[in-house]
Amino acid sequence: MSKFGAQCKVDASLPQPMSEPLPVTIIGGYLGAGKTTLVNHLLRTAQGRKLAVMVNEFGALPIDEDLIEAQGDDLISIAGGCVCCTFGSDLSAALIELGKLPVRPDQVVIECSGVAIPSAIAASVTLLEGFAPDGTVVLVDAETIRTAAIDDYIGDTILRQLADADLAVINKADLVDVPTLSALESWLSDTAPRAKTIVSEHSKVPLDIALGLGATPIQSQQMGHADGLFDSIALPCADPLDGEPLAKALTDPKLHITRAKGFFDPIPDGPRKALHIVGHRWDITDSPPNAPLGIVCIGVKGQFERDLIRKTAKEAL
Amino acid sequence: MKTTVYSAKNIVTMNAQKPDASHVAVRDGRILAVGSSDEVATWGPYELDEQFADKVLFPGLVEGHAHTMEGTLWRYVYCGYFDRMDPSGTTHRGNTSIDAVLEALKAAEAKMDDPDSPLTGWQLDPIYLDNKPVTRAQLDNVSATRPIGVLNASGHILYANSKALELASLLKKGVNHPGIPLGADGLPTGELKGPDAMAPVSVHVGMSGSIADVDERGLRDFARLCVRTGVTTVTDLAAKLDPDSVDMMLRVTGEPSFPACVVPLRFFLGLSPKELVPEVARLKKLSTDRLSLGRIKLVADGSIQGYSARLRWPGYHNGAPNGLWYVTPEQMLELYELALEAGLQIHTHTNGDQATQLAIEKLELALRKHPSNDHRFVLQHCQLADRAQFTRMAALGMSVNLFANHQFYWGDEHYTLTVGPDRALRMNAARTALDCGVPLAVHSDAPITPLGPFFTAWCAVNRLTRSGRVQGEHEKITVDEALWAITMGAAHSLHMDGLVGSIEVGKRADFAVLESDPRAANPEEIKDVEIWGTVQGGRVFAAADV
Repeated sequence: MSKFGAQCKVDASLPQPMSEPLPVTIIGGYLGAGKTTLVNHLLRTAQGRKLAVMVNEFGALPIDEDLIEAQGDDLISIAGGCVCCTFGSDLSAALIELGKLPVRPDQVVIECSGVAIPSAIAASVTLLEGFAPDGTVVLVDAETIRTAAIDDYIGDTILRQLADADLAVINKADLVDVPTLSALESWLSDTAPRAKTIVSEHSKVPLDIALGLGATPIQSQQMGHADGLFDSIALPCADPLDGEPLAKALTDPKLHITRAKGFFDPIPDGPRKALHIVGHRWDITDSPPNAPLGIVCIGVKGQFERDLIRKTAKEAL
Repeated sequence: MKTTVYSAKNIVTMNAQKPDASHVAVRDGRILAVGSSDEVATWGPYELDEQFADKVLFPGLVEGHAHTMEGTLWRYVYCGYFDRMDPSGTTHRGNTSIDAVLEALKAAEAKMDDPDSPLTGWQLDPIYLDNKPVTRAQLDNVSATRPIGVLNASGHILYANSKALELASLLKKGVNHPGIPLGADGLPTGELKGPDAMAPVSVHVGMSGSIADVDERGLRDFARLCVRTGVTTVTDLAAKLDPDSVDMMLRVTGEPSFPACVVPLRFFLGLSPKELVPEVARLKKLSTDRLSLGRIKLVADGSIQGYSARLRWPGYHNGAPNGLWYVTPEQMLELYELALEAGLQIHTHTNGDQATQLAIEKLELALRKHPSNDHRFVLQHCQLADRAQFTRMAALGMSVNLFANHQFYWGDEHYTLTVGPDRALRMNAARTALDCGVPLAVHSDAPITPLGPFFTAWCAVNRLTRSGRVQGEHEKITVDEALWAITMGAAHSLHMDGLVGSIEVGKRADFAVLESDPRAANPEEIKDVEIWGTVQGGRVFAAADV
């Protein structure tokens, strides 16, 4: 990893002030579930967000060739200021190296190996200063998951991965019929009890869903959701509020919020706080001092009811 | 062409065609002739060297599963429970209580000049010390101002003092990690379990970079240990082999006084199978007489005492959930296929019997695609295999290198805690392996247990646990079988049995120089055979001089 920094293309135009810890999204799931395809989809739709993707190995060329600007031994430079690097057996060391890159990425995406247990990776991330886990996305191959989950060798590994999921993505949904899909959804509600389940084809999970809304959720929301499959709502939060009951209310499964992020001032007073929601899990952390007030919630169009969310938020406060 | 003839009290050849001899002729670092003085004289003029006239020459021992980084670890404070010899030949007394460990650290601390430099220890095993982890507070008594880190004997746990935790920004409340237990005060206790929990701290306690890789001085020191233990060929079983490391190893092993042949296996992580196989094929071509490259190490599962090995039903005796995979079955198959196709050998770490089963099944599939008559794929450790598995291994042409030392060091814990009596009795089933026709080697996994093939042979012959119990009477092997395992058996596992492992014409002149004939030792005394030193590639190395 010694040559790490030297191979990065430097974009000195936008030095970002050190603010929140770098959000780290963990992408898990068994071999063939579509993790690499999802990573490429995210890089393709990054819309100016600088993603640092960490993969287990470069071997099968994890990044689509047309996205690659330059390739070194340890680092691939990707269009739009994104990078990709490998971590082999030492993820912590690779993340520490990543923190030394001349250009700070906006987000880190870790593509786990097919047998990795995501919660173990998330726990390691919490130990490193300057990084914070920001959701575990576990992909499921709609066609094969039920067979794989009872396999003598890897079944229990797959169940552990699903139990760690904040978002469970039923991928390759186009390859199964409707009854199979709904049976799968109901199976996942037991198998991945913490997860919000979404359905995709060809790993086309919108960036905002997979990775959250970035450092400036209000601005992200105003850019709209290009694919039209997802909907969002901004809660203004002009007055100080009690974060915990709000967070609990917004993670109610009835609301179908997949992710939420934003900033608020706590009651009775105190420094500004950030609220993060992924699936059914929430977290309140310190906020950068001048982060704009307001919390953006996103979810699947059709399930997501703006009025119900507004009403619930109001009642919680 | 100079020929040197060594006379000896006896030469034990491990060559069944001529088991004993009095003279061995060496030319160009190779064995020219073995036999009587008349027989070796038929090759013409020679210089007679009688320095071994009262010694026994034995084939240079082959350690088929060790890690050269032990050489680096000896620069840290030895905190182990058992007496252990360092590269200079000094035997360090075992630390049989926590207080003794702390005293050893204090003594080392008192000799340090720089007040900020870290103090590092290794080989601490609380399993022998009332099974209580060492705490931050205890280590703070050694020093509260310099960072201290002590490695567990497994290499997978680190004990840190407050200063080390503070430097890693972990001396705070709210740390939430399964590998970092918290005390009543909400702060970490100092125990850091697993590589990820260790990583933030290890850089502050003098363990920069990967602990798995040996450095230059460490490699030289490890080779000194080889001379003292009669080893002339030694594996480095999980090497990263990046370009700098390969250069260093080529340079150091190429030094005229370097006394061993090192066999590093390329660790599988970091490259996909499609890239790994050509990379190892490339490395193979860089091999020299003292650095043999071109083999792959794959890890299937974890360890039994760490509850990360993959077990078949009924699983762990204490109810712990099944362990972890380090490779997917699909990738294992792909790697096996590609390596067979390229003619490269893979050594697969399997501790649990489910991992062994997977390796057997995948190799069977791969062999259907790429039939290969003499691949000798080795299962390393393979501690829980049963007869049915050994039978299949034999049918597939696989070899095994069993972790015989485990029985002594952790056999009692396996019996009571990890796998229970039935499977503890069959652990490292050397008798069954041989009966089924599986080529056998046995190993130390140094630094996990000390390098010393005669001790390893003793473990396989006697199957005593630390508490003195025979565990698995029916899996004992004979002294002769064990001596074969630490010479020809281990050489066979590396495809080097045509080159080393016996004292036989044409082979490398590699000898362990002994004070007595190990075949004549009582089974319970085979570990005590005295070692004068080695001859490697025709060069003489006295343990007293290295």
